[in-house]
Amino acid sequence: MDAKVNLPVTEKPKLSVRHLDFYYGGFHALKNITLDIPERRVTAFIGPSGCGKSTFLRTFNRMYELYPEQRATGEILIDGTNLLTTKEDVSLIRARIGMVFQKPTPFPMSIYDNIAFGVKLFETLPRIEMDERVEWALKKAALWGEVKDKLNQSGSGLSGGQQQRLCIARGIAIKPEVLLLDEPCSALDPISTGKIEELIHELKTDYTVVIVTHNMQQAARCSDYTAYMYLGDLIEFGPTTDVFMRPKKKDTEDYITGRFG
Amino acid sequence: MSAVPSTPTAPDSARLRLHARRKRVNAVALTLALTAMAFGLFWLIWILIETVRLGIGGMALSLFTEMTPPPQAETGGLANAIFGSLAMVSLATLLGTPIGVLAGVYLAEYGQKGWLGSATRFINDILLSAPSIVIGLFIYAAVVARTHSFSALAGVLALALIVIPVVIRTTENMLSLIPNALREAAYALGTPKWRVIMTVTLKAARAGVLTGILLALARIAGETAPLLFTALSNQFWTSDLAQPMASLPVTIFKFAMSPYENWQKLAWAGVFLITLGVLLLNILARVFLRNRH
Repeated sequence: MDAKVNLPVTEKPKLSVRHLDFYYGGFHALKNITLDIPERRVTAFIGPSGCGKSTFLRTFNRMYELYPEQRATGEILIDGTNLLTTKEDVSLIRARIGMVFQKPTPFPMSIYDNIAFGVKLFETLPRIEMDERVEWALKKAALWGEVKDKLNQSGSGLSGGQQQRLCIARGIAIKPEVLLLDEPCSALDPISTGKIEELIHELKTDYTVVIVTHNMQQAARCSDYTAYMYLGDLIEFGPTTDVFMRPKKKDTEDYITGRFG
Repeated sequence: MSAVPSTPTAPDSARLRLHARRKRVNAVALTLALTAMAFGLFWLIWILIETVRLGIGGMALSLFTEMTPPPQAETGGLANAIFGSLAMVSLATLLGTPIGVLAGVYLAEYGQKGWLGSATRFINDILLSAPSIVIGLFIYAAVVARTHSFSALAGVLALALIVIPVVIRTTENMLSLIPNALREAAYALGTPKWRVIMTVTLKAARAGVLTGILLALARIAGETAPLLFTALSNQFWTSDLAQPMASLPVTIFKFAMSPYENWQKLAWAGVFLITLGVLLLNILARVFLRNRH
C-alpha cells in the first residue's frame, strides 16, 4: 500500500500526524498514517466498521493508555510537540483535547455539577464565575433553554439527545483547543442529530473539531475535510467536496456511492 | 427471491406442533418457578408470623429500660443486650466498611489482572464462606487468649471480620457493573484516576455499595457464634469495651435454651426486635436511595 499520502491541507495544521502505527496487542490496527488536521475546521473520519477510525481518534487524547495491551508509535504533533511522547501530564493534554463519546455519559450528579466537574479540575472559580461558565457552556451546546430551570436535577434524567449535548457542554466548558467527537449522533433521533450538527458548525469558529461518523451524509454536511479509512489504512484525505465529488481512489468512490461498505 | 411461501394460509402442522410444544414447556417452567417461589415465601411468612406472635407479647417499655433479669424474676428487660448489640454492630460496621470499600476499589479499579488482585480475591472468597464460628475462635485465640479476658472489643473485631469480605465482594461487583464508557468520559476531561474513582465510579455505584454494607450489617446483627467466644455476655449494663458485653443474639441463645418462662419470653422479644430492626433498616435504605438521583 502506498504509504505516501499527500497532504492536501494548505491551511494551518492544529494536529500533524506522522507515520502513526497502532497495535492492539499483536493486531496492527493503524498502518503508517500521515495527515494534517487543520485548525478551526471540521475534519471527518469515515470508513466501514473496524477500519480504525475510532482507534485513530482515541490516539489524539491518549485514551488507549487506559488499556495496557494497546500502544501507538509515530508522532502526533500539537502546535509542534509530539503528544505521544511529551513529558507533559496526560491530564493536561486531555484538557486541551476534549472528547465526546458515542453513547451519552452523564456523570451521576446534577446538570450543573456535570459541567462544573471538569472546570474544577483546572480552575478555581468563585461561584458567580462558575455560574457564568456553566451557562456559557450550556448555551454553546444549545441546551441552556431546556435545562436552565432544572440545573440541580440529575443529568441522567434528560433525554438521549439532551444528554449528548450535556456531554458536549461538559467538554467545551474546560475550553479545550480540539474537540474529538466519536460518532456523537449514532444513538440519537434525527431531530437531536440536526441540533448537534448545527452545533458542530458553530463550534468550528473556536475549536478544531474531529468527528468520526458512520453517516456519510453527516460527513458531507458538516465537515470541511474528510479522511476515508479502510482496514487501518488512510485511503484518501482531502477537502470534503473533493472527496465526495471527485474521489481520486476507486475504493473511496465505491464506499461513498454505496457499492461497498 | 427465496423460497418463502407466499400464502400464510394453512401453516403446516409441524409448525403448529412446535408452537404447542413451546407453550407446554412454558407452562411447565412457569409452574415450577411459581411453586419454588411459593415454597420459599411459605417458610418466610411462617417465620415472620411466629416471630410476631411470640415476640409482640414481650413488647413493653421495661424491655428497653431494664437489665436482663435472673431466672423466674417478675420484671426485667433487654436494655443491656440491646445496647451491646447496637454498640458492637455499629463499631464493627464502622471498622469494616472503610477497609472493605477500599479493598473493593483496589480489586475493581487497580488490581483486575495482577497477581495481587487475584490472590486477594481468592482469599476474600474463602473468608466470605468461612463459618462464623471459625472467625469467633480465631479472635478468641488471637485476642481473648492473649489478653486473658473476654471483651466487647474482641466481639467488635470478630464482627468486623465478617463485614469486610461481604463489603469487598459487593463493592467490587458493583464497581465492575459501571460501564467503562463512564470512566473514559471522566478521563477524557483530564481527570486523575483517584478523582475518577471518588467522584464518578464510586458515586455511580453507591446504591450498590450501600446495599452491600447494609447486607453485612443485617448479617452481623444476628450473628451469635462469633460473639460466644469473644464478647461473651454480661448480665449487667456496661459501655466499657474492655469488659464482656451482652448482645441480643447471645442473650437469645442463652434465654431460649433455658427452662425459665420469663427468659423464653424475653428471647422471643429479642428475636422480634432483631427482625424488626433489620427490616426497618432495609426499608429505610430503599427509601433513602430512591429519593436521590
